[in-house]
Amino acid sequence: MNAVHSLWLSSLPALAEFFLLAAGCTILVIDAFLDKGREAITCRLSQLALVVTLALVVALFPDARITAFDGSFVSDVMGGLLKIFILLIVIVGLFYLQAYLDERGQARGEYFVLVLFGSLGMLVMVSAGSFLTLYLGLELLSLSLYALVALNRESPLACEAAMKYFVLGALASGILLYGISMIYGSTGRIDFAGVSSAIGDASSLSLITLLGLVFVVVGIAFKFGAVPFHMWVPDVYEGAPAPITMLIATAPKIAAFGMLIRALGEGLEFLFIDWMQMLTFLAIASLAIGNVVAIAQTNMKRMLAYSAIAHVGFIFIGLLTGTPGGKAASMFYVISYALMALGAFGMVIWLGRKDGVGEADRIDDLKGIIERNPWFALMMLFLMLSMAGVPPFVGFWAKLAVLSEAVDVGMTWLAVTAVIFSVIGLFYYLRVVGLMFFHAPERSAPIVAPNTVRLVLSINALAIVAFGFYPDLLMDICVRAFPGLMAGQ
Amino acid sequence: MIPLSHFLILGAILFCLSVAGIFLNRKNVIILLMSIELMLLSVNLNFVAFSRFLDDMTGQIFVFFILTVAAAEAAIGLAILIVLFRSRRTINVADIDQARG
Repeated sequence: MNAVHSLWLSSLPALAEFFLLAAGCTILVIDAFLDKGREAITCRLSQLALVVTLALVVALFPDARITAFDGSFVSDVMGGLLKIFILLIVIVGLFYLQAYLDERGQARGEYFVLVLFGSLGMLVMVSAGSFLTLYLGLELLSLSLYALVALNRESPLACEAAMKYFVLGALASGILLYGISMIYGSTGRIDFAGVSSAIGDASSLSLITLLGLVFVVVGIAFKFGAVPFHMWVPDVYEGAPAPITMLIATAPKIAAFGMLIRALGEGLEFLFIDWMQMLTFLAIASLAIGNVVAIAQTNMKRMLAYSAIAHVGFIFIGLLTGTPGGKAASMFYVISYALMALGAFGMVIWLGRKDGVGEADRIDDLKGIIERNPWFALMMLFLMLSMAGVPPFVGFWAKLAVLSEAVDVGMTWLAVTAVIFSVIGLFYYLRVVGLMFFHAPERSAPIVAPNTVRLVLSINALAIVAFGFYPDLLMDICVRAFPGLMAGQ
Repeated sequence: MIPLSHFLILGAILFCLSVAGIFLNRKNVIILLMSIELMLLSVNLNFVAFSRFLDDMTGQIFVFFILTVAAAEAAIGLAILIVLFRSRRTINVADIDQARG
């Protein structure tokens, strides 16, 4: 009895994850007994489960770092904050997903349950205390996403995207695992604290550790979609149904940020010099390819895919400074990027044609939106300017925070490079704005959308503006996640 | 006793074969799935060899998890393959190129 009690106490930090797992399984069973056409119930139940999980995360919010399961599970301020944003984004994403599926008569309960399991994977990734937990969370997320992309079986493009995503995702997992096996071989540990102290204690750096590091960085870069491991990003973004693309583009980026901090920042912190150089290369390549190739796109989802690649470059710049301030700036960037991408894909979904066949994902579909729906055009203007990094929107403060950290550690050349590529990137965001405001629309039908979607989208876009005027609201939260920064001040 | 390096070299050869199988293969998607399995198995070989030579059980426990995930991954991969074949009537890698740009 006592043993059971102590097991219960020791697993308390993971209560939110346990609840989400139980809720996912329960909702899967409930969905099996629901009549066809009642999928809205599954969606609302899933959102309820996520809200309760969110409440649990907030209720159990840790003041300091707590570990559970012999160090395999970590609960700290950064993890708690990332989880809150992940859950919020998924809850909002489900509104779009349900509206999209209802409109096209494709609603099926599996979509929502898979999203729940994917969210569980993200929470586990963010809380990972060892390479094993990290791998399991990552796979739970990835396997759910592969299935979500392929769930629209009638679309050949979606099936192709799913296959590409699956093969390249599995390759990335394999490479990551190979790296983990090398690190395990040289240190004898798989928990981040053990790996870190083993590397710190070693008199000289072994070649096997270094080889392991290279493979781990490549695996993480694949999952982030950084150049030169970005091949899957545009195809998957284009092929997947728009709300699924939204779910791939937003919350998993935050989870991948958590994964990078845990694996490289905590587990392999003594190899900072080595992985910093790799991230520098990845960041510059991502900024260059992402911003330049995005100009050539005619498909909105593909353009946003290349823009995502460019944004990953910025996220890496903050991390490779190695200072707590740089990590906080990166966290600020990844959260504000996720909010902007959520809005931008929300626009693509909202614009979707009512006939249910295709998606309005050509950039030309945005022509003359100002005449069809001025409010829509205004919100899209905010989102595009924010993504481009124009003040006073939140995207500007995110870029500024990251770049000033880079300048502080003496990497001015890197900051200048990033600014040059952002200016190039400005072109394709402004082209969208130009098409919206100064071209005649191809169709004159007004844009219709359910009230929930309209409300959620407006709140999202206005939040971008609000955070733009009060960036400290978000920045203070990010600074709290990295205690080293508070002590240093 | 066979030294550790032999196991690691075998693991590296299998790993390289599987990566080559993924990138060089232009024929059949099933070969891609086989390559992915081979890659995970080469990692397992590494883990078991290290576990044996470090005299530490952790590596072998990791292998159990990898095997379980690999089974789930294969199931999803084959499911996607069937969906793809139904919509395209082909599983030729060279034909899967609708998304371009």
